[in-house]
Amino acid sequence: MKQILVVDDSAVIRKIARRILDGMRFETSEAEDGAKALAACAFLMPDAILLDWNMPVMDGFEFLRQLRKLPGGTRPKVVFCTTENDITHIARAMHAGADEYIMKPFDKQILQSKFEEIGLV
Amino acid sequence: MISAYASLRTYLKNAAGIVLDADREYMAESRLAPLVRKFDVSSVDALLARLNTSNDPRLRQDVIEAMTTNETYFFRDRAPFDMFENLVLPALLEQRAEERAIRVWCAGCSTGQEPYSLAMLLDANARRLAGWRVEILATDISTAALDSARQGSYNQFEVQRGLPVSQLLRYFVHEGSQWRLAEHLRARVDFRELNMMSDFSALGPFDLVFCRNILIYFDQATKIDVLRRVANVCRPDAFLVLGAAETLVGLGNAWKPHAIHRGVNIRAA
Ligand SMILES: C[S@@+](CC[C@H](N)C(=O)[O-])C[C@H]1O[C@@H](n2cnc3c(N)ncnc32)[C@H](O)[C@@H]1O
Repeated sequence: MKQILVVDDSAVIRKIARRILDGMRFETSEAEDGAKALAACAFLMPDAILLDWNMPVMDGFEFLRQLRKLPGGTRPKVVFCTTENDITHIARAMHAGADEYIMKPFDKQILQSKFEEIGLV
Repeated sequence: MISAYASLRTYLKNAAGIVLDADREYMAESRLAPLVRKFDVSSVDALLARLNTSNDPRLRQDVIEAMTTNETYFFRDRAPFDMFENLVLPALLEQRAEERAIRVWCAGCSTGQEPYSLAMLLDANARRLAGWRVEILATDISTAALDSARQGSYNQFEVQRGLPVSQLLRYFVHEGSQWRLAEHLRARVDFRELNMMSDFSALGPFDLVFCRNILIYFDQATKIDVLRRVANVCRPDAFLVLGAAETLVGLGNAWKPHAIHRGVNIRAA
């Protein structure tokens, strides 16, 4: 089973996303900020990461930069999932090495579509 | 509203080929409810009574539109579009090398995602197509769907279903809460109102027809008839693509599946 790490400072979002992803037969885990996510990745590199942008301690953008420097850190597919919905943010995320981008709010169809896009479904 | 519902079923079948199951009365009620106010009648029953007695073209059209499902998304089911790019387009580039022209028809295009997905793929293959004329005709019975298709403006949910973010960045502009397809892609698609029950023999000839998730509303005899008439507006070596869940089984002999590539159909001799 493919492992997905859900990174978001909102417990509600983490719960909704994990419920949908569990239903898509992924194995999920979660972290509430970039620093905790980085620690989780150093311990066990997931297959994909659903990543919020604005979070306390370490935001998603900084997390992505640091992730890609970790051993094996280029392997996980990274899907941003954020309320930032302008072209500038999207382009910045893609340049920084994200694989896909979700503008909140999302639903099951959108998650499914984006995870198909990155080849996990 | 048993008899009113029966008359609705007859009307939809005759006017648009659409078959409503006998047990979908509750669905008809809820879909027609908004029209009760618009046409200033007291109930759905009264609305249907008026449908039977008056010839109001607006009412007739609105009832059809209320009862059709316009659900669609960009690159729906993905495989047909990969097949278009990797199989159909290369084949047509050979088959039409003389005239350097390709005509594509999207029948039942709804709000435009399907023909626009093809337009994006044509754009991505612009170099191979330099000097070629590629036309996309997109038709639907729903004028409301066509209006929105022509706008080429989609909400945040719509642009995240099936559309890779790279394509969003490349082909759309953000306008308020909407995302609007670039003008040069919108201009590639010719949207026209067309009821598949009517005579469309003047539209052809086509090299490729996308006829996806529209036959599902028709009965067997109508499906066979439509597929035969579609074949008649196609070149002998044209391609036909149906919806992911649709097959030609039991649907006449105008078309047959491609020998190797399931999902694409060719004309039967
Ligand atoms: C579910 S949509 C399919 C859209 C697109 N082809 C796709 O596969 O995503 C079906 C469309 O068929 C149209 N339709 C239904 N009956 C029709 C008819 N008799 N003539 C033309 N269009 C019709 C509806 O208006 C609707 O937009």
